[in-house]
Amino acid sequence: MARAVSTSRKTFNTAIAGLLGFVMFFPVLWIVILSFKSEFDAIRSPLAILTSGWTLESYGAVQARSDYFKHFTNSVVISVGSTFLGLLIAVPAAWSMAFVPAKRTRGVLMWMLSTKMLPPVGVLVPIYLIFRDLGILDTNLGLVIVLMLMNLPIIIWMLYTYFREIPGEILEAARMDGASLRDEVLYVLTPMAVPGIASTVLLNIILAWNEAFWTLNLTAARAAPLTAFIASYSSPEGLFYAKLSAASVMAIAPILIMGWFSQKQLVRGLTFGAVK
Amino acid sequence: MATKASRSAARLMISPAVILLLGWMLIPLGMTLYFSFLRYNLIIPGNHPFVGWENYHWFVTDPSFNAAMINTLLLVGGVLLITVLGGIGFALLLDQPMWGQGVIRIMVIAPFFVMPTVSALVWKNMFMNPVNGFFGHIAHGLGLPPIDFFSQIPLLSIVLIVSWQWLPFATLILFTALQSLDQEQLEAAEMDGARFGSRFAFIVLPHLARAITVVILIQTIFLLSIFAEILVTTNGGPGTATTNLTYLIYVSSLLQYDVGMGSAGGVIAIILANIVAIFLMRMIGKNLDA
Amino acid sequence: MRLKTTLLAASALALVAAAGASAEELTIATVNNSDMIIMQELSDRFTAETGHTLNWVVLEENVLRQRVTTDIATNGGSFDIVTIGAYEAPIWGAQGWLNSLDDFGDDYDYEDILEPVRNGLSVDGSLYAVPFYAESSFTFYRTDLFEAAGIEAPTEQITYDEFAEIVAAVHDPDNDVFGTCQRGKAGWGENMAFVGPMVNAFGGQWFDMDWNPTIDSPEWHAAITYYVDLMNAYGPPGASSNGHNENRALFADGRCATWIDATSAAGYIYNPDESSVADVTGFFQAPRQVTDKGTGWFWAWALAVPSSSQKVDAAKEFLAWATSKDYVELVGETKGWVAAPPGTRASTYANPAYEEAAPFAGTVLNSILAANPADPTLNPVPYTGVQFVAIPEFQGIGNFVGQQIAAALAGQTTVDEALAASQQMAVREMTRAGYID
Repeated sequence: MARAVSTSRKTFNTAIAGLLGFVMFFPVLWIVILSFKSEFDAIRSPLAILTSGWTLESYGAVQARSDYFKHFTNSVVISVGSTFLGLLIAVPAAWSMAFVPAKRTRGVLMWMLSTKMLPPVGVLVPIYLIFRDLGILDTNLGLVIVLMLMNLPIIIWMLYTYFREIPGEILEAARMDGASLRDEVLYVLTPMAVPGIASTVLLNIILAWNEAFWTLNLTAARAAPLTAFIASYSSPEGLFYAKLSAASVMAIAPILIMGWFSQKQLVRGLTFGAVK
Repeated sequence: MATKASRSAARLMISPAVILLLGWMLIPLGMTLYFSFLRYNLIIPGNHPFVGWENYHWFVTDPSFNAAMINTLLLVGGVLLITVLGGIGFALLLDQPMWGQGVIRIMVIAPFFVMPTVSALVWKNMFMNPVNGFFGHIAHGLGLPPIDFFSQIPLLSIVLIVSWQWLPFATLILFTALQSLDQEQLEAAEMDGARFGSRFAFIVLPHLARAITVVILIQTIFLLSIFAEILVTTNGGPGTATTNLTYLIYVSSLLQYDVGMGSAGGVIAIILANIVAIFLMRMIGKNLDA
Repeated sequence: MRLKTTLLAASALALVAAAGASAEELTIATVNNSDMIIMQELSDRFTAETGHTLNWVVLEENVLRQRVTTDIATNGGSFDIVTIGAYEAPIWGAQGWLNSLDDFGDDYDYEDILEPVRNGLSVDGSLYAVPFYAESSFTFYRTDLFEAAGIEAPTEQITYDEFAEIVAAVHDPDNDVFGTCQRGKAGWGENMAFVGPMVNAFGGQWFDMDWNPTIDSPEWHAAITYYVDLMNAYGPPGASSNGHNENRALFADGRCATWIDATSAAGYIYNPDESSVADVTGFFQAPRQVTDKGTGWFWAWALAVPSSSQKVDAAKEFLAWATSKDYVELVGETKGWVAAPPGTRASTYANPAYEEAAPFAGTVLNSILAANPADPTLNPVPYTGVQFVAIPEFQGIGNFVGQQIAAALAGQTTVDEALAASQQMAVREMTRAGYID
């Protein structure tokens, strides 16, 4: 960007973008504010809400009712576990598709993506029966498997598009030097693909963290993650805006903060091969 | 480089993924297909007799079926329209020189990290509730009648909520794509006196075409099965105003516990999804294999 | 109190010894109602007494129902204790999905449980769920607003026409007070719980003696037209998304002059910590129209032990604890008597402390005793249930009709269209289920 830009132009841009950004962000900001209010204040008019006193009582009430850290731990185990299990299976698959393309590669890829269109509500009962027979209802293992399968197509696709941009000659050179296939994938390809793998991991942790159908329906108490924690605050009796806000903030804060800190890594690989 | 050895190795390496996804596809799908030909209601015990196409017949003649098909299309189409246009706008805006771009970008992408259930609950209660919600208070303050979002404009309300969640995703991808645009080419065009409109139409938009395709593809996959937002806000109503195909299947299989009919609906949804997939594949093939 | 706790602990210990069981970990699914949340808070004492620990799964009503039904019907075994309603208990009990609960011993005092409640949760004389709280419906009203408008609160059962006149007189939207708040949110347990008894009052019914749906009858038409007109003229904005909880919050916030809803909400409305209208709320019977039969509903939330549970004895111990006289007393003494779980035990109503704290007690008791699910309508019907029909197919039909009526209320369709669509769907479902040809 060699051009000089006038200050007024820059100010104008900042104002417009800042305003729109604020509008997008406002709902999140608003629940953070409401979460620090009393229930009676939380339903008043916006101006009255802003000028009313602050309190931590909603966070106390939420924590007294449900063990946040148990749900939080489950969410972490499930989202990280499913992502890394998926990675383990997806890296070899993406390698094959990127470096040994066959006629059917594109077809296989699209087929994989189309498995994501299976509507979960339609197959809950079969899956429930299978899980019952395997004894993995209400276990983290069960959820790790399901969410891994849900996100595997996306993981493969992201890795595939990333691998494709790595010149095959480098891998070939490694092979000439006597590297085994395992070494080639592990020590040559993977390090080169770190940015792509990082953003794949991040995106899938986000998707798994926010998945709310399987996590709610295949768990009871032991493996219930934060999505189940939230489900007990929707429309309880009486005034509940402040408690719902507090619970919402607790459920989204970890992933939001992770997302903000890692947004550069996230963005870098989030192209799905769209950038050439 | 594709030697015989590497071919077989490749086959070996892709097989876990293919086998797993095949299993994931076929076992539930097989069971769904099987159930779809049975009279099988969870809350009515007894035998599950084979009933042929009866479940399919009941599902497609359901008075809600047509509405569900139309709503699914409107929902996917509406959200795609808003997020793609909005995403292009945001991406162009963020690409301009400004102060504090990092902070602004963080604010814009925040909704993407919010769970769909949380976002639906927050919009429904804290914003769109006509009495105690934010918009209701604003309208009250201005002396206007409050908008009763979920009864006056139910489907549009859901489109707006879902768009809020997906706009950041579209913005991120389009913004990343925009950054790889050759600035010199743009500047040259500007020197030559090309107006913003023509620069956008002839340089920027073609450059973004692939990114737009990707946004459409990924979002379609997720939007076809929008469910949590509807369940939390409107339960598919009023009437059938916000019932999409996924929600209709939910009504059959998990509200009426009619596994047979729900399965038939599931099979229909999978067939439709694959039609969409083929359509998208053509589109992708044209746009991505450059 | 100390003595009671010790006694309770002793009897619980005896149960443990008898069963030869050690401390168990129980998973309990329940609904996020305030009474259940109190139970969750107090359950530490149960753990202290018996050693059994509890894993709580607290869900919103619809999610809970779907989650529990899926698990029980597939024999999944995820839950040891489930919270179910008066609709599910007899159906599930008859299907062998629940353990019978007739062996809690003399201390439990089965006779003390109100008869309609006990009957509603039993099949062939065996109890399959024990009531946690039970309710009928009546009319809440604001005494201050009635006084200001110069209206005498009715002492006899009034008609819906008379009710509409009262509502018109107290409607004051300029001061943010709406004449009436009624359920509009679609669902067989939401708007249909209000609409069902109202249709009964207008002389309507769900099915005739041959199980033919009668939802397009003139009685339904009159009732739904009345409901839509009333709500559009005097209801709050957004009425078609207001369920029990939303209306309760509105009423507690002073936005409604009248509200016909669950008697169990009285404990909340009369609690000054939760409600700003605690000292200006009165109540009278739910209105009648052409008949007084089936004009107040009957509902109970109850605890049950699924057959698929592996820890039946420990689960039964919890049930015996949570639905005992001592539990009612425990809530009364720790949370205030106004919050005691209502509607289940005669002893609660015989307690002077409760009567003093809860001025509504007598009316609630009479409403519950008067509700007769076995004979709910003007003309004879083949089903039981006041605001629901105790057949498995009802959930689907009730939800659909609820959606149609919500659409009519929201102005998305006309009453005629809504009832025609409802009738068509009900005929389809009943044909499909083999009740009619």
